[in-house]
Amino acid sequence: MPTFIDRRIDGKNKSAVNRQRFIRRFKSQLKKAVADAMNGRSITDMDNGEKVSIPARDLSEPVFSHGPGGRREIIHPGNQEFVTGDKVPRPTGGGGSGSGSGQAGNSGSGDDDFIFQLSREEFLELFFEDLELPNLVKTQLAKAQEFKSVRAGYSSEGVPCNIDIVRSLKGALARRKAMAAPYSMRLREAERELDALLEETDETDPQVIALQKEIDHLRARIRAVPFIDTFDLRYSNRIQQPQPTTQAVMFCLMDVSGSMDKARKDLAKRFFTLLYLFLKRNYERIEVVFIRHHTIAKEVDEEEFFYSRETGGTVVSSALTLMRDIINARYPTSSWNIYAAQASDGDNWHHDSPSCRDILIKQIMPSMRYFAYIEITPDRHQSLWESYEDVKKAYPQFAMRQIDGPADIYPVFRELFKRRAAT
Amino acid sequence: MTQRLISDSSEWTFPLLERYNAEIGRIAADFGLDTYANQIEVITAEQMMDAYSSIGMPLGYKHWSYGKQFVTTEQHYKRGQMGLAYEIVINSDPCIAYLMEENTMTMQALVIAHACYGHNSFFKGNYLFRAWTSADAIIDYLLFAKNYIAQCEERYGEETVELFLDSCHSLMNYGVDRYKRPAPLSMQEERQRQEEREAYLQYQINDLWRTIPLKETSADAGDSQRFPAEPQENLLYFIEKHAPLLEPWQREVVRIVRKLAQYFYPQRQTQVMNEGWATFWHYTLLNKLYEEGFVSDGFIIEFLQSHTNVIYQPPYNSPYYSGINPYALGFAMMCDIRRICENPTDEDRYWFPDIAGSDWIKTLDFAMRNFKDESFVAQFLSPKVIRDLKLFTVLDDDARDQLEITAIHDEWGYRHVRQALADHYNLGSREPNIQVYNVEYRGNRSMTLRHTLYNRKPLGESSNDVLKHLHRLWGFTVRLEAVHENGKIEFRGECPPGR
Repeated sequence: MPTFIDRRIDGKNKSAVNRQRFIRRFKSQLKKAVADAMNGRSITDMDNGEKVSIPARDLSEPVFSHGPGGRREIIHPGNQEFVTGDKVPRPTGGGGSGSGSGQAGNSGSGDDDFIFQLSREEFLELFFEDLELPNLVKTQLAKAQEFKSVRAGYSSEGVPCNIDIVRSLKGALARRKAMAAPYSMRLREAERELDALLEETDETDPQVIALQKEIDHLRARIRAVPFIDTFDLRYSNRIQQPQPTTQAVMFCLMDVSGSMDKARKDLAKRFFTLLYLFLKRNYERIEVVFIRHHTIAKEVDEEEFFYSRETGGTVVSSALTLMRDIINARYPTSSWNIYAAQASDGDNWHHDSPSCRDILIKQIMPSMRYFAYIEITPDRHQSLWESYEDVKKAYPQFAMRQIDGPADIYPVFRELFKRRAAT
Repeated sequence: MTQRLISDSSEWTFPLLERYNAEIGRIAADFGLDTYANQIEVITAEQMMDAYSSIGMPLGYKHWSYGKQFVTTEQHYKRGQMGLAYEIVINSDPCIAYLMEENTMTMQALVIAHACYGHNSFFKGNYLFRAWTSADAIIDYLLFAKNYIAQCEERYGEETVELFLDSCHSLMNYGVDRYKRPAPLSMQEERQRQEEREAYLQYQINDLWRTIPLKETSADAGDSQRFPAEPQENLLYFIEKHAPLLEPWQREVVRIVRKLAQYFYPQRQTQVMNEGWATFWHYTLLNKLYEEGFVSDGFIIEFLQSHTNVIYQPPYNSPYYSGINPYALGFAMMCDIRRICENPTDEDRYWFPDIAGSDWIKTLDFAMRNFKDESFVAQFLSPKVIRDLKLFTVLDDDARDQLEITAIHDEWGYRHVRQALADHYNLGSREPNIQVYNVEYRGNRSMTLRHTLYNRKPLGESSNDVLKHLHRLWGFTVRLEAVHENGKIEFRGECPPGR
């Protein structure tokens, strides 16, 4: 006998393991694609999947096959104009009508790139890879918005484990009372009548017997009202409520004087992105403010922030002052969580560094949730670093580090992530 | 009439599927189709893609290439470049057929007729499948293979196993016994035998043997002898048995890949027949269903529409042309055989004196049982089918500047076209003929392969990469030589490259 089996309920991700292996195998190509994608994308857009392409020849599986050449006879359908003995020029390229396309076409399907879509998780995994994030942090960042399940009254439908016994029994009691009401009323009457009758006659009286019968019948009816019915069942109702989150603003400060070259800016971009992803995970609404500076600071959009160049000296305090002004004007600390990330090559006009320290300590740091500073330079520290050391001593939420490659970025944020992971 | 109608809606339900299946099965039995029991499974599109990427096997071991296949399928499907096949059917007993839940009722009926009665009876009847595959044991064997490879991964590391499988896969087409029937498989025996093999090999490694003094043999006596004495075409088998450095588990993996290749070998040789047979029967069975009044006009029109799509053969100059459609050719030939039996013309009596006017059911059954694509075409391709498809042959010779039309669908061309088409389905001429010619087992253990050229067709570019894989399996130098038709032998490549 034929058997019909419904397999739809079985898991659908039978190939998931194979897909993972495929990705692992082509990690180097994929990482390059991810790096390219990162350059092309805005910081706020880093959190999506990505379409990547791998050159087809890199993932071909070689087999012994015939190459072009030799003598072969090929058979085609749909002859219209040919007769035996016709000579035709050999078509150039693989025009389909040509010979040689028949067999060779099966083995190698052209050199088109192999394009496929990385999911968001896969993209982030690759993106984070050389940042050396601890796993806990990685999963935290990759997690989508969190929901909290909260009670919301009762419903008449649900799964058995959610049955609310008290509610259900209360309902059952009420129903029993209501359904038995007509019988109980008559029962009380009948009992009263019976008592009255018994005063006058004895038990063999036909009237008494009839009443006794009725009373028995009514009792049976009352007993027949079901103790509990599916109708009575009440289930605790739970709904998914998004976790209450607040809003945050993130300041990106970057030195754009001539000494910041493309590689350094790329590094800075990763640094900013990491902070952004962290914030996105924790806050529902995030605004990003880009401030670039040389001797004067300016608020710009992301495009200009990363890609336009100006030359000049470096006065860091100009950026800090601007940031302070923007906070005062637009982001009152009562309703915003303020984060800042600053990237620089450490160069600063010598007499400016003490004033940077003063502005930070007195005016900015009190309203900051976190301030991360990276100095992208292999050289030794300059005056700005020394001034910032004082800030670090005064405020635990100030982090700074000199970095040389992407792997050095994460330690700047370590405190930040540690704190969050604990809560 | 209308009371017999099974359903009139395009929605399917399990009870309806069962009724259709019962009716189709009854008609199929009337026509004498002999089938394995059916196991029909309903799956989602996503599961269909899963099935696709594991070459239709219900369970397979893990390998990145299946992941690649899955990703490709998924991409194509999502972009709408490709519809999924309506069904996949597995040559097993009971015969497993997958139906996709998105199909309409009509499509489900078509698929049941096509897969569960068409393909199924082909698997059961055709001599290649009977001789080379064990339908009742394949699921067990796949399970064994999957578990064994998972075990190896645990013991030796995923990467090691993966690289090794890559090498085996590249030689998969050269892991087939063409002339000897493989022993039937059973999971129980297989596991036991595998353990015995491993234990025996382990036992062989006995250091004492090395201390026994070797008898001096005269060096020149062995030189004239080749090993293997006869060239071997089953490269994987040769490696499994003779590769000097493989560990027991590696030999077992080679064996698994070889067994799978063997299992798929008949399918590669009977594509036209298999699809033609199944298409012919879904057409015949559903039309019969319609004649008997079980299905409505709407049903049969929807069915005919997809049937026509399946058997469409674009002409050679169409942008959609990609070779001969096996469904079209197979269906045309099956129908033609029936026509020759029922209404033979003089031409048919001249070309097919044996079958013209005979019982068509018996003749078709005979054709299905005893042929493969190559011989089927050579035996049954009639002038009428050649005319209908307007087949013609083109000679492409790299020694000449122009292509030549050697035959068209006319009196003088029929035999030539038929021969050329039969040749086209000859696996022996489609795949390069490469055999193990010699192993220097007294010297540096290098292996020499010989590629015997046929019609001067050279090897493709990827051959050198295959040599690398072969080198990984063999462990010593692997050399490839080409034997030209005039007997000249030419050195083609070596891995690792010699100085």
